[in-house]
Amino acid sequence: MTYLIEGRDGPWELVVGLEVHAQVISQSKLFSGASASYGGEPNTHVSLVDAGFPGMLPVINRECVAQAVRTGLGLKARVNLESRFDRKNYFYADLPTGYQISQFTHPIIGEGAVEIELADGSTRMIGITRLHLEQDAGKSMHDQDPARSFIDLNRAGVALMEIVSEPDIRSPEEAGAYLRKLRMILRYLGTCDGNMEEGSMRADVNVSVRKAGEPFRTRCEIKNVNSIRYVMQAIEVEAVRQVEIWENGGSVDQETRLFDPARSETRSLRSKEDAHDYRYFPDPDLLPLVIEEAWVQDLAGKLPELPDAKRQRFQDEYGIPRYDAGVLVAEQATADFYETVARGRDPRLAANWVIGDFFAALNRTGRTIQDSPISADALGGMLDLITDGTINGKIAKDVFEEMLETGEAAAEIVERKGLRQVTDTGAIDAAVQAVLDKNPDKLAEYRSGKDKLFGFFVGQVMKAMAGKGNPALVNEALKKVL
Amino acid sequence: MSLDPATVRRIARLARIGIDESDLPALQRELNGILGWIEQLNEVDIDGVEPMVGTGHAALRMREDVVTDGGVRDAVLSNAPDAAGPYYTVPKVVE
Repeated sequence: MTYLIEGRDGPWELVVGLEVHAQVISQSKLFSGASASYGGEPNTHVSLVDAGFPGMLPVINRECVAQAVRTGLGLKARVNLESRFDRKNYFYADLPTGYQISQFTHPIIGEGAVEIELADGSTRMIGITRLHLEQDAGKSMHDQDPARSFIDLNRAGVALMEIVSEPDIRSPEEAGAYLRKLRMILRYLGTCDGNMEEGSMRADVNVSVRKAGEPFRTRCEIKNVNSIRYVMQAIEVEAVRQVEIWENGGSVDQETRLFDPARSETRSLRSKEDAHDYRYFPDPDLLPLVIEEAWVQDLAGKLPELPDAKRQRFQDEYGIPRYDAGVLVAEQATADFYETVARGRDPRLAANWVIGDFFAALNRTGRTIQDSPISADALGGMLDLITDGTINGKIAKDVFEEMLETGEAAAEIVERKGLRQVTDTGAIDAAVQAVLDKNPDKLAEYRSGKDKLFGFFVGQVMKAMAGKGNPALVNEALKKVL
Repeated sequence: MSLDPATVRRIARLARIGIDESDLPALQRELNGILGWIEQLNEVDIDGVEPMVGTGHAALRMREDVVTDGGVRDAVLSNAPDAAGPYYTVPKVVE
């Protein structure tokens, strides 16, 4: 399924690469001992290093390095045992040193790959060019005062991983799938919380268009897009803009642009006159970052099971369909919940209930799996009652609703409300006979060949038994009489 | 390598240093002098020599991930010319 933009003179292909800035989960900052936690009173999570005071020296945080290595391993990427830090120079009020410490020529992580899956079930590999460590900047607030901007440096110096993809993405859908997959991997690894609303994951989007078979044309970079939906929209409108320029005989300027979701357009952010020249050079305060192969192996040995592997295992071990396995592994907490429910039980039945009624209930009540009103063990307890024949599937739905409301265990609800399914064939036969007696006309129709009425009779019998009849036995009894 | 006046002007702008047009020729001459001096290093044959990044311990020391600093807002803001409450302030910057 190729995504093409229909231009006046024929179709155009889309070329997209993404740079994702992912905030590293750590206690303290990349180069200082100040807290890296979100929130906090303004300028309290700031050391003199972060504030750029003269003579302050950066000292790297081992855990931030470990997080970058874990992420690299999760992206099946090359880990560079020696990497370096450079200064990226620019002036901005929330960058006290006048430079960002980043990795330019020698990043800690090299080439890797991420497999994405599209709506039609097809998969594609998106190449990772590199991942490097760098510092976040502070925050500027422009709406507090008519003449001044206010600066909070709490975020200044927090570790970021910049994850750069190859220009392998060919549609907005692929961009969305890539970001979702990347976020899933980061969350599994525990290296970034992936929360785009709070800004702990942000994307710069490089977009160009070309005719089939052409080399790349000039790209534009859309900065700091903060939701997956906006990334997809930004790509779409930017591609259309570029096609129009080329088709009108113009040429696209390489520039930084901004996506305005309210007007669904991109706008030039910096004039070419002011184009940034970062004048990178090796940071003289920092020696090369050298890590041991044994340490990398140790980190690799302690990685959690990642989504792709878990999904495959769910298919193999539990015999559930690929799609269901994908839904269940989307979040680690969901996968854990499912495994608790499925342990020692029918794994398909467990999958159907977790994905079906249980997810629906979470949606309806606005809860998440973390504060679920029904625990995995409680849901499992209910499945046990289905499996051992105490209740049928229909009654189970009522019991489930009751569990949701009262928090009671399934067995207690079944006892209290007398919901045990009736397997006494005498009682079932009696109910069948009563229904037939009450509907002589339908019975006549059925006997004259209207087979479809069988379902009607089943329904009537179940209704007469308040839903508690064993469906298999009811069917059997009806077949016998009819 | 020799810098033309436009490059000198550009370097000044990137460094946010305001210079008078009349100072350009002198600056150009000084910068070119410095570059010429540095370029003497190109005469050294470094084929097959690994780049040297420092003397002695040649790898970065790492620290443990614990919070040992921060909570010193008064010190952090002590040099701020125009602090407002807990914030630094600067003349409004809006791109």
